[in-house]
Amino acid sequence: MKRFDLSLLFLSVWKRNLIVYRRIWKVNFMVPLFEPLFYLAAFGIGLSGLIGDVVYAGQDLSYIQFIAPALLATSVMFNAFFETTFSSFVRMYYQKTFDAMLSTPLSLEEVITAEIVWGATMSMLAATIILFIISVLGFVVYPWGLLVIPLGFLGGLAFGSMGMFFTGIVPSINMFNLPMFLVVTPLFLFSGTFFPVSGLPFWGQYLAGISPLYHLVELTRLLTMGIMESSPFISIAYLTGFALVFYFLAIRAMRKRLIK
Amino acid sequence: MMKADIPVIEALDLSKRFGSFTAVQDVSLQVEKGEFFGLLGPNGAGKTSIIRMMYGFSPLSSGNMKLFGLDIRTGWREIRSKIGVCQQENTLDPDLSVEKNLLVFAGYYKMSRKKAVRRTDELLDFFALNHKRQAQVSQLSGGMVRRLMLARTLINDPSLIILDEPTTGLDPQSRHQVWDKLRDLRSKGLTLVLTTHYMEEAASLCDRLIIMDRGRILVEGNPEELISKYAGASVVELENPGEDLKTFIREKQIRHEELMNRIIIYTDDSEGLGKAIRERFCPEKCLFRSGTLEDVFLRLTGRELRE
Ligand SMILES: Nc1ncnc2c1ncn2[C@@H]1O[C@H](COP(=O)(O)OP(=O)(O)O)[C@@H](O)[C@H]1O
Ligand SMILES: [Mg+2]
Repeated sequence: MKRFDLSLLFLSVWKRNLIVYRRIWKVNFMVPLFEPLFYLAAFGIGLSGLIGDVVYAGQDLSYIQFIAPALLATSVMFNAFFETTFSSFVRMYYQKTFDAMLSTPLSLEEVITAEIVWGATMSMLAATIILFIISVLGFVVYPWGLLVIPLGFLGGLAFGSMGMFFTGIVPSINMFNLPMFLVVTPLFLFSGTFFPVSGLPFWGQYLAGISPLYHLVELTRLLTMGIMESSPFISIAYLTGFALVFYFLAIRAMRKRLIK
Repeated sequence: MMKADIPVIEALDLSKRFGSFTAVQDVSLQVEKGEFFGLLGPNGAGKTSIIRMMYGFSPLSSGNMKLFGLDIRTGWREIRSKIGVCQQENTLDPDLSVEKNLLVFAGYYKMSRKKAVRRTDELLDFFALNHKRQAQVSQLSGGMVRRLMLARTLINDPSLIILDEPTTGLDPQSRHQVWDKLRDLRSKGLTLVLTTHYMEEAASLCDRLIIMDRGRILVEGNPEELISKYAGASVVELENPGEDLKTFIREKQIRHEELMNRIIIYTDDSEGLGKAIRERFCPEKCLFRSGTLEDVFLRLTGRELRE
């Protein structure tokens, strides 16, 4: 078998996930719709009074305006990560869906790629829904704001690949708690999401720079508000590189796990 | 016709190792077009391992495997498009309805929507699942699950199907129904590879079979040949055999097996030995029956438990 074998046939697996999603789409739609609303209400309205304005990239922003793009970005992360960890693990391990697929002309690369691209699709959908919400709140400048949608897809590829890598190495589904706790939660909290990174000491800024979520948050702020603290080209390059590295790590881990 | 000469499956010195453990060792086999071929052996014999190498899921540790004359290592995608595999475990998609299980699977073979719908209708009809079309997989009985697995195996109109224990756990009714369907397919020229733990299934379905144990082939042949060679045409079983019978058997050098309180005697009965035994040593409880594949299997692979 060739070492790397990928064709457009992966779209048939993506389509399978779409068919399943559509069956209960109303339920599936609720989460990305309401979750950011809860956060916006709790942090934006509840905390706003305590915090006041935030200075970001030389501008005064209300706290809710500051965190709105960040919540969009974290949703992108959570959607793809959830899809390629818990959901993919159930399909792989409990439902043996991948085993069945690997008796058809599908290659392992196609199955895994489809799962990651599906995760990115979920991210993109979440990004679109939240973009709509924060547009209603008046926090988005158009037409640039529309680019958040493809950005959600790119971010989804990055976090979906990372999730799929963990799916390739965790012994059991409970063990996802570990990357959740050690990776996703710190990313969620320390990526310039709830406070500007520029206020951190040098080492804090350095650490934030490693975080893929930081770059996604930055780009989301740029596209929705037209301002950011860092360089868009570095952020796009970092996210793309991160996605690629974890994509190949994920394929390798899944090959090792599935092919006996 | 030249083409008919290419065997559907050609395995040469196939081995599969998991670390230092050898699951399959130097297995060679050939399956011709239209043949029903059986792969028998106790649990852990290596049947599933061979099957996984056949459809290009497991890399071969050594040896060669060709299907339709194509090397599995390079031609796996084309090979898989021409075969159907029914795996040992239930791998149906529980997120999809019965009908969607077939339609979505057709997509993995790049089948056009129109053809997929037609094929799905045909197969649901053929396997008597039409009334369950919209049901979820979790609502199906064991027999229906297997039938749907078989239907899915046939979705791409394969010329070879590989079935790993397709009838394990089914009630006799369902099992016979599956056999009927398979015989029906045989008449249409399908080639089949089958593993099973039911000897009467193998005997009645397979043109040729191998019995294997611990990764190696023990014997190969058609069921009748194997029965007459390793079990004999008739078998006498009796309980608590006396010493005089044992001596008689040893003197005549008749094939037999001594179990705890039982003796099984295999005769081809050309010399009327069965009759002699019946008259001289069978005061009570004596069972006369014809030899079966199960006798062959147990004689060759032993009677101790494997798991
Ligand atoms: N992935 C694996 N890793 C290690 N050993 C395995 C693996 N798969 C199968 N085996 C071992 O190989 C042997 C043959 O297994 P298998 O081919 O499934 O047997 P069968 O299908 O005849 O019951 C068994 O002893 C089994 O435990
Ligand atoms: Mg098996």
